[in-house]
Amino acid sequence: MKQLTALQQQGRRSNSFRNASSPLDATVDGAIKSPATIFWLVLHGLCCLISLVLGFRFSRLVFFLLFSTSSSPSATTIYSALQTKLPSSGVASTPERNISVGAGGSRVVVGRHGILIRPWPHPDPAEVMKAHGIIERVQTEQRSLYGVKNPRTVIAITPTYVRTFQTLHLTGVMHSLMNVPYDLIWIVVEAGGATNETASLIAKSGLRTIHIGFNGKMPVLWEDRHKLESRMRLHALRILREQRLDGIVMFADDSNMHSLELFDEIQNVKWVGAVSVGILAHSGGSEEGELPMVQRDNNETDEKKSEMPVQGPACNSTNHLVGWHTFNTLPYLERSARYIGDRAVVLPRQLEWAGFVLNSRLVWEDKLEKPVWVKEWEDVDRDGEDVESPLSLLKDTSVVEPLGSCGRKVLLWWLRVEARADSKFPARWIIDPPLDVTVPAKRTPWPDAPPELPTSAEKVVTIPESMEKRPTKSGSRRKRSSRSKRKHSAKVLDDRLSIRHPGDN
Amino acid sequence: MRNRRWVFTVLLFLALCLRIQAFKFHRTQRTERISGSAGDVLEDDPVGRLKVFVYELPSKYNKKILQKDPRCLTHMFAAEIYMHRFLLSSAVRTLNPEEADWFYTPVYTTCDLTPNGLPLPFKSPRMMRSAIQLISSNWPYWNRTEGADHFFIVPHDFGACFHYQEEKAIERGILPLLQRATLVQTFGQRNHVCLKDGSITIPPYAPPQKMQTHLIPPSTPRSIFVYFRGLFYDVGNDPEGGYYARGARASVWENFKDNPLFDISTEHPTTYYEDMQRAVFCLCPLGWAPWSPRLVEAVIFGCIPVIIADDIVLPFADAIPWEEIGVFVAEKDVPKLDTILTSIPIEEILRKQRLLANPSMKQAMLFPQPAQPGDAFHQILNGLARKLPHDASVYLKPGEKALNWTAGPVGDLKPW
Repeated sequence: MKQLTALQQQGRRSNSFRNASSPLDATVDGAIKSPATIFWLVLHGLCCLISLVLGFRFSRLVFFLLFSTSSSPSATTIYSALQTKLPSSGVASTPERNISVGAGGSRVVVGRHGILIRPWPHPDPAEVMKAHGIIERVQTEQRSLYGVKNPRTVIAITPTYVRTFQTLHLTGVMHSLMNVPYDLIWIVVEAGGATNETASLIAKSGLRTIHIGFNGKMPVLWEDRHKLESRMRLHALRILREQRLDGIVMFADDSNMHSLELFDEIQNVKWVGAVSVGILAHSGGSEEGELPMVQRDNNETDEKKSEMPVQGPACNSTNHLVGWHTFNTLPYLERSARYIGDRAVVLPRQLEWAGFVLNSRLVWEDKLEKPVWVKEWEDVDRDGEDVESPLSLLKDTSVVEPLGSCGRKVLLWWLRVEARADSKFPARWIIDPPLDVTVPAKRTPWPDAPPELPTSAEKVVTIPESMEKRPTKSGSRRKRSSRSKRKHSAKVLDDRLSIRHPGDN
Repeated sequence: MRNRRWVFTVLLFLALCLRIQAFKFHRTQRTERISGSAGDVLEDDPVGRLKVFVYELPSKYNKKILQKDPRCLTHMFAAEIYMHRFLLSSAVRTLNPEEADWFYTPVYTTCDLTPNGLPLPFKSPRMMRSAIQLISSNWPYWNRTEGADHFFIVPHDFGACFHYQEEKAIERGILPLLQRATLVQTFGQRNHVCLKDGSITIPPYAPPQKMQTHLIPPSTPRSIFVYFRGLFYDVGNDPEGGYYARGARASVWENFKDNPLFDISTEHPTTYYEDMQRAVFCLCPLGWAPWSPRLVEAVIFGCIPVIIADDIVLPFADAIPWEEIGVFVAEKDVPKLDTILTSIPIEEILRKQRLLANPSMKQAMLFPQPAQPGDAFHQILNGLARKLPHDASVYLKPGEKALNWTAGPVGDLKPW
């Protein structure tokens, strides 16, 4: 074991030297020293002196050259013959040992051993792959022992529409769903009809997908958007009902973030479950960098802890559902966004769809299995009625099962980040033919939009110049060059804008 | 009188209902029974199979030493103290020495600690010798057999050789007075001076409470392939390497330091126990001595131990089939460790994990307080019971002397 006492720092060398001399003494009569031992002692002393002078253990080199052997530590008879003559001490070459004075000679010997290093001490990729295979098999075994028994199919419903950020959002959801270890059906409902753009994107997932088009363009105002999304989700549930798909329904909005624990947790649901959703109420624009805060009743102290608001089930100490945590919209009444791409806080509804999971049998036709507290599908599925959340499917909301250790664990995050509604992007993000430079609309409805930006021809010229000037780090010169190229009076703001690649979205 | 009886029966009933559980493990569905080489011996009950008499030594041999340094209760040699306490209240204890099969001498030889907490063995031979002189002069049982039916717990590095340096320990050999006694020790290496025939190898002490607080849910997927935390070079005592661990640890480092499958380093993370539960293999290489508490930790946390120590004798080797549970790698094969581990068939790996998950396996490696059935205390008693009945040659004829009371270095003969 580790021996770190100061006593031993008297040096192993001196100890081993004393030890070394003792077998020699043992072989020879105690008092008389044979010439051989004297010779070896003198040689040892000489080696020590030379090493002192040279500054390294030259004797090791000498022995290595004299008896150049491979560094194998297994004791053989050759070594045993050698070592009775050699002074075994610190001054020795690598294959140096003392055979332990033991009954019935052991294979294992005390003393200095070589450090075996193979010629190419680096990982072999084939073995790494084998090891990963072993790890995966072990994990599958663990999952079957300790994980969910009889896992059910997960049915994810995602409303989407073609816009700039669609690829970004949908790729995120797609990758999360691809990592789910259970069977999955992905129902993608697209506003404005099914398009090839979306179809090609979700085909990359390799999952079983149902791509449905929904008539109706996604509106620009946030309020209307929520309504349309709810209708799209109801449409998906209608498809579920018609096709009698069996499994657990969860609502994966394309801009949300899901943790993989969520999918393990929802396997526990019986009929209706609720999870806690973290609300990342996005505040657009770097000027208002404050995160949304939960207003507390005792707000006398000015310390506002910037906690993330959470929507979800509220439980009492016996882990029964007693109420709901919802999003408090009061602090944001003035500053909330009204349309997609607005630079203001985007607010969620009271209870978002994403926080609920349903057993798909709730929307099936047959009456036998359904519990009494669920409304008839025909009652719910009436056009014109704004179904705010899946709670409208239930007559009695107390039957909802809180998941994620009774709502204490936040398993997914709600976020709405979009580009401006009129922003353009290349179809399928393939630049073919080469990009036209997009010029933003001259007359925009947004009052604080930046003033008229230079036209394309000028831009082509300014950009390389500003790039060249930048490394010189002379701010004034930069200003002057851009100033000279631009028609308008220069503000610091404009400088920043012109140097930043303008017109991007 | 009758009231008292009722009260007593009620209390007894309550005591039966509220059993103290010092340690609880996750019950898994698929575990395999450990069948030792002598049959299913891990679950044997020693009560009734042997009787142990505990000598009453003056407190300077045990209590006073412990009072001077209570760290002895938590370091890895604490087994000697806990064994004493266990035997005092155990059912195998007898107060009549005439009917005893085994005699136990409670002397704490590993409790003289440095400021760092490491035990100094320099006074241990004298202490042991003094204790034996005491028992041989106050009771006739030592002289009857010259210690052949006595057992001693010597958990230090090289057992009864009483030294931490292997060369010195070999030179000293086992204390001459203990030549006939049964030694219960942590050190075990075949064909070594400091392991005598008939010794019982035990695991080093690991604190059960501490390990239980660090248990993580068994559904946490095991994502580390090989895990090790500890020294590779002992720079203080062996600067060039080659002495420490016979160069094996240094070899592990040099060959696998950039291998993504090997999570090895010298750090002391606070999540050490949790990380072991997320690993498939845990390296248990030798250090200055071949044994290590890593073996105990690996067994408790379900990580397959990879034992790199030539000729090591593992704890309770006659009861636990270590070849089926762990992986043994010769020191010369360390450069090929990754090939060896990845070429183990997956069914064997799963089988080893099932064997490790068996609660009786984990229980046998621990020293819980209060003692529980199947724990290390009981395994020691089982081992002692298996050595019974004593051979007739154990009893010496009157006047016959087997031990040399003046053998050994001169320093040992000084009174303690």
